[in-house]
Amino acid sequence: MPTKANGATKANGAQAAAGTQVTFLEAIKQAMYEEMERDPAVVLIGEDIGVYGGAFKTSEGLLERFGWERVIDTPISESAIVGAACGMSYLGLRPIAEMQFIDFIVCAFNQITNFVAKGHYLWNAPAPIVIRGPSGGGVHGGPFHSANPEMYFVHTPGLKVIYPSTPYDAKGLLKAAVRDNNPVLFFEHKFLYRRIKEALPAEDYTVPIGKAVVRREGKHLTIISYAAMMHTSLEAAVELEKEGIDAEVIDLRTLLPLDEETILASLKKTNKCLVVHEDTKTGGIAGEIAAILCERAFGDLDGPLLRVTALDTPVPYAPSLEEYFLPNKEKVLHAARALAKY
Amino acid sequence: MKELTRQQYLDLYYFMRLNRAVEDTMVKLFRQNKIVGGLYSSLGQEAVSVGTAYALEKKDWLAPMIRNIGALLVKGVPPRDVFMQQMAKYDLPTKGKDGTSHFGDLENLHIVSPISMLGDLIPVMAGVAIAGRYLGQKIVAMTWIGDGGSSTGVFHEGLNFAAVQKAPFVLVLENNQWAYSTPVKRQVPLENLADRAKAYGIPSYVVDGNDVVAVYTAAKEAVDRARQGEGPILIEVKTFRRLGHAQHDPAEYVPKEMRAYWEARDPIALYEKFLTSEKLLDSKSKKEIDEKIEKLLSAERDFAENSPLPPAEFAAQGVYCSGDDCHKVAPKWERSISEVTPPKSSVPAVWSVEGFGSGKASSGRSAPIHFGDTQKPEEPSQADTEVPEAIAEASKVPPKPRSVKSTNAKSTNVKMAKKKSAKPPVVSGKSPARKARR
Repeated sequence: MPTKANGATKANGAQAAAGTQVTFLEAIKQAMYEEMERDPAVVLIGEDIGVYGGAFKTSEGLLERFGWERVIDTPISESAIVGAACGMSYLGLRPIAEMQFIDFIVCAFNQITNFVAKGHYLWNAPAPIVIRGPSGGGVHGGPFHSANPEMYFVHTPGLKVIYPSTPYDAKGLLKAAVRDNNPVLFFEHKFLYRRIKEALPAEDYTVPIGKAVVRREGKHLTIISYAAMMHTSLEAAVELEKEGIDAEVIDLRTLLPLDEETILASLKKTNKCLVVHEDTKTGGIAGEIAAILCERAFGDLDGPLLRVTALDTPVPYAPSLEEYFLPNKEKVLHAARALAKY
Repeated sequence: MKELTRQQYLDLYYFMRLNRAVEDTMVKLFRQNKIVGGLYSSLGQEAVSVGTAYALEKKDWLAPMIRNIGALLVKGVPPRDVFMQQMAKYDLPTKGKDGTSHFGDLENLHIVSPISMLGDLIPVMAGVAIAGRYLGQKIVAMTWIGDGGSSTGVFHEGLNFAAVQKAPFVLVLENNQWAYSTPVKRQVPLENLADRAKAYGIPSYVVDGNDVVAVYTAAKEAVDRARQGEGPILIEVKTFRRLGHAQHDPAEYVPKEMRAYWEARDPIALYEKFLTSEKLLDSKSKKEIDEKIEKLLSAERDFAENSPLPPAEFAAQGVYCSGDDCHKVAPKWERSISEVTPPKSSVPAVWSVEGFGSGKASSGRSAPIHFGDTQKPEEPSQADTEVPEAIAEASKVPPKPRSVKSTNAKSTNVKMAKKKSAKPPVVSGKSPARKARR
């Protein structure tokens, strides 16, 4: 895992020229702060987000500035948090609901998948809410504080699902999510929170939802990834270059709706595709991408789509077990070398 | 409680009659195979839906359950919408995408559509209530739950949250004695389901659900109290589901004697008797109401029957809101925005505990975070220490520790409590063990 994301934000280079170096965590905080400043309809709701400032300090200082009515500390009731956020949105508010750890989002599964997601389709009721929280492993959080539950929700029409990999994207996509009229789930990889820094523009900006980005251009094979594994993929690409394999790296950024066009355009160029994600293998986004490529670009494939993912197990606790469970650079290199031989 | 006006007495009667007539019409449509899917009945429960919803003002919000067609009619939903929903017609309200009472109207009538998973409406309507308060609208939010639904987890999450927020929210617990085929005694070991309110420190009422005036009177009081800021109230209305869970269910599991008892207490017949004895209704005005309802429903039914079914390809549309062209999401402010924006909105970020002063969380860039950096904090570079001005302003630590005094801080009792107290009270809801793991 990298400690810095320098070079990871090629696509944003121009925009990120000016401004302050901030962590991923601060980018999240800035997005919420600026959206609350911009629009009094934006409120926060969640556990320990007020005085404590959130378990990860993402809402630090916001209670002090915006007051009790706009930063609402709740009981430990994830269904109530999501339900209340939904009800608030019906009166035109734009709540940002925090799951203290994204693992706990499944406690609100029914509220999200049946109530929030279906409202616009069924009765023409938009629910402009954001549900965000820290996700992912690599910090020895154990089986209930390390999950990547994004695919439960990618299977739910009516939701949008975002999983950014850089501070620039995190801020811009979170702002876009707040301004979107649909329910948006926003996953923040906690391994990245304080490990990467990036200079952000001083002015207001958003990053469009549903658009992937090519982080590194290459011609021999395409590595598709997102979140923390995007950095692992980039690191692998640097190694591969030394071996004469020129890998293109795509950062999905949004999982639902999926940017099929960017994927297809890359495949047309490289004809080989490797998907790297920290989520477990079965039912992960890689399977969906494989299906899309078979349906829409079968003739472009010069080799099998390969997957580098976590094992199909819960996230284990011991560092040795977790390391074995998670994808890493070596595993990516191994798969990429095999794919390059086709 | 003031006596009702003659018009109010007659309104309650009219809406109960309309409720029953609408459902009778739907039974006919069901038997003619014109209803899509199941048909649920509130026969014998009309006083609940009508009496409670009649206590709301136009600006208030409600969310019905499947047996609350009467509440929708009171709120202003035309019967044709109810018919079209059941017949899956294209004109409105869900254009065939959902059935039964599953429809709503955010803009005008302030109705939130239910889903079939029971209890989910409770936190949603708590959120509606809080948003209304935030916007200064002075609204009340109301929803219903059955005896069966009161055992779902989200019932408790929602009601507790509403209570702790003191939300202007009224929850009507419609105890019709049966959750599908299971009698209430096998669901909840309580004589009065209203006792559930005690767990959340909120007031409750137990009301005869077949007496529409009693239901209205309790609901009006609850709505008024909620509007005045007293917090949520639970009303248990005891009534009886006269038919099965839906049309397919003959409900033979209900003892005949029980059914007979409640049939003799039909809410409309009871109320007619009362109105007649009070000289509020005579045979002439009753006949007028009969004719009015018959004429109305005949036209409404015709409209619904003539409405088309949705075109098949409509199934693929409308999953997402496409933006402002689709829905303009904008709150209606009835208070000054300056009250909820800085500097007026700013507060000291402290927990104050009665008798113990106050505490403030650790802050700053190196504040510990949950499963956070296990590495040593980096030496801050010049760039790292530059915090955007606005955030720096927001998280500025005051020169002296702030103290927010509780009103009782000076009382002797509190001081004694402080001396005796072996451990500080916990104000955060989280287990310290979980936080201490790393």
